[in-house]
Amino acid sequence: MPGSSVSIIEVDKYFGDFHVLKNVSLEIEENEFFSLLGPSGCGKTTLLRIIAGLEDVDDGDVLLDDKSILNLPPNKRPVNTIFQNYALFPHLSVYENIAFPLRLKKFSESEIKRRVDWLLNLVRLEEHAQKKPSQLSGGQKQRVSLARALANEPKVLLLDEPVSALDAKLRQELLIELDNLHDRVGITFIYVTHDQAEAISISDHVAVMNSGVVVQYGTPYEVYESPADTFVANFIGESNLMKGDVVEILSDEYIAVEFPSFGKVICYRDKPVKVDDTVLITLRPEKVRIMHNKPTPSDGIPGNVVHGIVDEVIYMGYQTKYFIKTDEGYILKVYKQHVSYLLDERIIKWKDEVFLYWNPDDSFIVEVEEN
Amino acid sequence: MKPGNLTRIITILAILFFYLPIIVVIVFSFNSSKSPEWTGFSLRWYYQLFTSSGYIWRTFLNSIIVGVSSSIVSVVLGTLGAISVYLGSKKFRKVMWTTTYIPFTIPDIIIGVSLLIFFTTLNVRLSLFTIFIAHVTFSMPYTMMIVLTRLHDFDKSIIEAAYDLGATKSVALRKVIVPVAMPGIIAAFFMAFTLSIDDFVITFFVAGPSSTTLPLQIFSMVRFGISPVINAISTLLLLGTIFMSVALRRYVRYII
Repeated sequence: MPGSSVSIIEVDKYFGDFHVLKNVSLEIEENEFFSLLGPSGCGKTTLLRIIAGLEDVDDGDVLLDDKSILNLPPNKRPVNTIFQNYALFPHLSVYENIAFPLRLKKFSESEIKRRVDWLLNLVRLEEHAQKKPSQLSGGQKQRVSLARALANEPKVLLLDEPVSALDAKLRQELLIELDNLHDRVGITFIYVTHDQAEAISISDHVAVMNSGVVVQYGTPYEVYESPADTFVANFIGESNLMKGDVVEILSDEYIAVEFPSFGKVICYRDKPVKVDDTVLITLRPEKVRIMHNKPTPSDGIPGNVVHGIVDEVIYMGYQTKYFIKTDEGYILKVYKQHVSYLLDERIIKWKDEVFLYWNPDDSFIVEVEEN
Repeated sequence: MKPGNLTRIITILAILFFYLPIIVVIVFSFNSSKSPEWTGFSLRWYYQLFTSSGYIWRTFLNSIIVGVSSSIVSVVLGTLGAISVYLGSKKFRKVMWTTTYIPFTIPDIIIGVSLLIFFTTLNVRLSLFTIFIAHVTFSMPYTMMIVLTRLHDFDKSIIEAAYDLGATKSVALRKVIVPVAMPGIIAAFFMAFTLSIDDFVITFFVAGPSSTTLPLQIFSMVRFGISPVINAISTLLLLGTIFMSVALRRYVRYII
C-alpha cells in the first residue's frame, strides 16, 4: 500500500488567546518516516490532530498528495492515528477491535477474517485474538492499536507518542518493531515525540518544534550535528554552550574566540562574524578527548587544548561522563566512550589533572550577538 | 483494652443495631401468633398473604409498574444526559454537574410538595401517571451520575479513535459509547428501580385515591396495628433485594 505526501501550508491555530501553531509549513515526503520533535506544549500534537481531522485550523491548508483535506471529516480521511493511551475499545476483543474499521466498511465476514488474521500476524498477537484489552500488557495494547490503525490501509499513519507510556526496554523493542513495520507496510509515518533519542534513531526527517514554530527541519544527522540555534543544541543530545568574544579571524573557516571561562580556542566559522562579536559556541561532550598527558596537536589544523581538574565522574558502563573544572572555574562536560578494556590504561579519576583536546571543527557558532 | 479492640466492638454493635430490627421482622413473619412474643413456627402469615390479601398484591403490582416504567425512562434520559456531559465542553460539564447534584440535597418532602403544587396547578389528576413522573424526576440525577461515572473511567480518545477509524457520530454512539456505558446503564436501572420501589415521601404527595403503591399500603396498614402479614411481605421484599444485589455484583461499583 503506497503512502501519501503531506504538505502543511502556513497553518495557524489558536486555543482561545493562546497561539499554538504560528504559521507552520512542512513538507512530508511520501512513504517516509517523519518525526515532529519538541517539548510538551510546543504544538506538535495539535499539528498531528489537525492532520487527523480532530482539530480545525484557523488559517492555512493541509494537503494530501497535493489535494486539500481540510473539508473532510476524520472518518473520511485516508489517515489513521495511534493514540498515546492506545484508545482501544474496552468492550471489544482484540480481534473485534481490529475488525472495527473493516465492519464499518461492510466487508464480508471471510474478508474481515483474512485481513484481521494478517494484521494479527503482523503485530505477532495471534494467540491473544480473543482477549479483552484489559487483559493485555502495555506493549501488547500498543500493538493492537497499530494493527487496528493499519486495518483501513491508510495512506498516512499518525503516531502520537506511541511508546511514551512503556518502560525503557520495551520502548526500544517497540521502536525497532515500528521501524520494521514501516519497512513492511511502506506508508508515510508521522511520529510525534518529545524524546529526541527516539526521533533521531528512526526518522528519515525530523522537524524540531518550539512554542508553535518549526525551528529546524532536516535529517537526524543534520539536526544533531548542526543545530540551528541554542534551543535545538540543548534539546537534541547534550552540549556545552559557551559564550565568548571573537578576537581574530583566522581564515574563511576558522576564528579565534576568547572565553572568559577558559581562554582562547579556535572555532569553526559557520556563520558570518567579525572581530568583537559575541558568539555562543556549542561543543558536544563526546567530541572532546580527555587524557592525562598534554597532547601534541596533529599537523594541519591546530587543535584546542584546555587544562583542568576532574570535578565529577559518572560511570555509565558503556561510557563515563566527566565534568571538568577548567583553570578558570568553568565546568565542561566530556563523555568518554569505552571502546575496549585495557588493563594497562591509567583510569581517569576524581581530582585528576587532565588535558582536554578537540578538533576546532567540533566547536561552532550557534548564535551571534553583534557588538 | 487496646484502642483497636474498642473500635472493633463499636463497629460490631453498630452493625448489630442496624440489622437487629430487620432480623426481628424476618423472625416474626414466621411466628404462629399475632402477639409480639414467639409462640412457635408457622407459615400462616405467608398463607394469608398469598390467599386472602389481594389488595396488597394490587399495590405491589402498582409499585412494579411504576418502578419498571420510571426506571426505563429515567435511565434513557440519564444516559443521554451523561453522554452530553461527557462529550460537552468543560464549562458545560461544570454547570451540569452542579445542576444534577443539587437534587440530591433537596429534602424529599420539598420535592413532594412542589410536585403536588405543580400537578394541581396544571390540573393533572393524581394517578399512577403522576407517581411515574415524580419517580422519573427524582431518580434521573442518580441514573445520570452512575452512567457518567462509568464513562469517566474511559478516556475520550476512544471516541476520537472511532471517528478516526471511519465511524460517523451516530455509529460511534451506537457501537462505542453506549456499549462502553452499558455496565453503568444496567447499574443505573437497578438503582432507579430500588429508589422507586421503596419511595414513600414523594409518592405520598402525588398518589391519587386509586393509585396506592406498596409502601403507601404498608404505611396505612401499620396505622391500624402491625399485622404479621406486613412482616411476611417485608421478608419477601428483602429476599428479592438481596438476590438482586448478588446477581448484579459486577455492576455494584457504579452504584452510589
